[in-house]
Amino acid sequence: MAIAREAEPVGSLSEVREAGLDREDLLGIYRNMLITRGIEERGHILYKQGKIPGSFYTGRGNEASSVGVATALGPDDVGTPLHRDMGVHVTRGVEPWRIFAQYMGRADGPTKGKDGNVHMADSNLGLLAMVSHLPAMLPVAVGCALAFRIREERRVAVGWFGEGASARGDSHEGMNLAGVRRLPVVFICDNNQWAYSTPTHLQYACETLADRAQAYGFEGVVVDGTDVLAVYREAKRAIEKAREGGGPTLIESMTLRMEGHAVHDDAFYVPKELFEEWARRDPIERFRSWLRDNADLSDSEEDEIAAGVKRLLTDAIQRAEESPLPDTSTLTDGVYATPDELDTPHHK
Amino acid sequence: MAEKTYLQAISDGLRQEMRRDKRVFVIGEDVGVYGGAFKVTLGFQEEFGPWRVIDSPLSETAIVGGCTGAAIMGMRPVAEMQFADFISCAWDQLVTVAAKQRYRAGTPVPIVVRLPSGGGFSGGPFHSQNPESSFAHVPGLKCVCPATPEDAKGLLVSAIEDPNPVLYFEHKHLYRRIKAEVPDERYTTPIGKARIHREGDDVSVITWGAMVYTADEAAQHLESDGVSVEIVDLRTVMPWDKAAVLESARKTSKVLVLHEDTHTGGFGAEIAATIAEEAFEDLDAPIKRVTAPDTPVPFSPPLEKAFIPQVDDVVAGLRDLAEY
Repeated sequence: MAIAREAEPVGSLSEVREAGLDREDLLGIYRNMLITRGIEERGHILYKQGKIPGSFYTGRGNEASSVGVATALGPDDVGTPLHRDMGVHVTRGVEPWRIFAQYMGRADGPTKGKDGNVHMADSNLGLLAMVSHLPAMLPVAVGCALAFRIREERRVAVGWFGEGASARGDSHEGMNLAGVRRLPVVFICDNNQWAYSTPTHLQYACETLADRAQAYGFEGVVVDGTDVLAVYREAKRAIEKAREGGGPTLIESMTLRMEGHAVHDDAFYVPKELFEEWARRDPIERFRSWLRDNADLSDSEEDEIAAGVKRLLTDAIQRAEESPLPDTSTLTDGVYATPDELDTPHHK
Repeated sequence: MAEKTYLQAISDGLRQEMRRDKRVFVIGEDVGVYGGAFKVTLGFQEEFGPWRVIDSPLSETAIVGGCTGAAIMGMRPVAEMQFADFISCAWDQLVTVAAKQRYRAGTPVPIVVRLPSGGGFSGGPFHSQNPESSFAHVPGLKCVCPATPEDAKGLLVSAIEDPNPVLYFEHKHLYRRIKAEVPDERYTTPIGKARIHREGDDVSVITWGAMVYTADEAAQHLESDGVSVEIVDLRTVMPWDKAAVLESARKTSKVLVLHEDTHTGGFGAEIAATIAEEAFEDLDAPIKRVTAPDTPVPFSPPLEKAFIPQVDDVVAGLRDLAEY
């Protein structure tokens, strides 16, 4: 018997309005989901063309979850998104051309070629760059919340992790400290059922990961990660609760990783029927049809949005390809920070 | 100016920084109500409150990771590991997250991790280590190892001011044993600048931390033999003062590198290699290393004494060099 609350799906437009979203917001969410998927689809092609070195990870199937949570963040809130959370970068306003430049290892990517793929973040937009060691960024998100608590600021930190990373000690230490100190942090578990080739039953033995929240002294919620509005509503509720001093929440967002761990992996170990089942719940298609049924999304609006996204991405790729590769004279730059770098609004 | 122990100097430096800068806070196991296992933060919670002197759960990963997040949000965290040995539990947070964040993501991480280190009191394998060389090897981290009360305060202030993750190794055997005059006012001791602990002409000892005093005693023995020993106290091993070391090597032409850490891959190897590369022609003898052997730190007093370099070991090394 699960302990965590299971979130209801979102129904009508009026319910969505209550959650604080108007029609423009809804179309914005839809557009961000299309951009998110578009960046990864186009990136995959560039990768196959040999224009992107290293490896390439996608978050196909996770667009509702990443965009839904990011939409619920306040302007001064911060987060530590991971490699399935492209939608967070897009929603926070990272320009797609810089994301392509990052993929291609160009000088204009957020890490200037020092790190690859989704290991990036624009700190001016309240994002912290992930590391490969998951979930090492969870304690860091907790630390952001600790700073907000010490300074008594009404800001919230969001930390992401996956069901695979839930098995590592960092998630326990981070959530335990957050629970003990009732810090303003929200934990998002992107449960996409496969950690590389390892299924959930080899990763954890509890019924849901959100159940663990009770052990840390806070609320756990399971939400359908293909329902962008339900994700938004639950994230908003948790974020505002944290902002009001109500402590952390653990939201487990259920999806299926619709592709391999990275694009070299054909995911032969995932049953075909599972892919078919979850393909019918595609988050973008699901939201598109909701918009048509509930928010009068017309054919022409749909075409206009799709064409705008296509243009945006084509221009972005061109601009990224025009960005130079980093000069090797920058190789040893920036290992250590200089004192003037602390002269920022954050650090004053 | 007043006479202070090494421990009081650390405590005073930290208290002064917390009084002048609200961004500075302390987090660690038992640092609040109890005042820290070694009482460095005794009375701090009364003065600064429970949100600036934070008793954490037993969670080194959360302590260091939490400091990283808070630092990126503009705070100046000072974490205490109860013993330097426990830093292994936070390796990932230091090495994977904090050390690389500036280089790859452009985000400075101004944190200080205080590490009560070193042996000499039967602390055994898990309460006696000197892990500075492991971290000196990681680009992005700084490692400081003060030997004197004056440097203990000045380097702590510098570490807090520094925009990078700084590991502050405070040697437990110096805490209450070493006393000296410490200025009352705020001052910094530059990171990366060695100190000539003792001037000499015939042999150089390059060392840091508690071994400065072992070297000093050995130098006094050699003095009666008519051998003049120079002692360079590195003060900080990353960055380290290469220029001062090379200058001393060129002056005496004979070098002994001394550290309490184990032998293979210890920081002395880096120093010896650098002297060999850059001052080979100035040397009159092979560079000698006096270090702990390649074993865990043993518990039983005679074993531990045999493990930690003693004055006699340094005297023997210096005599070899003097006679070469």
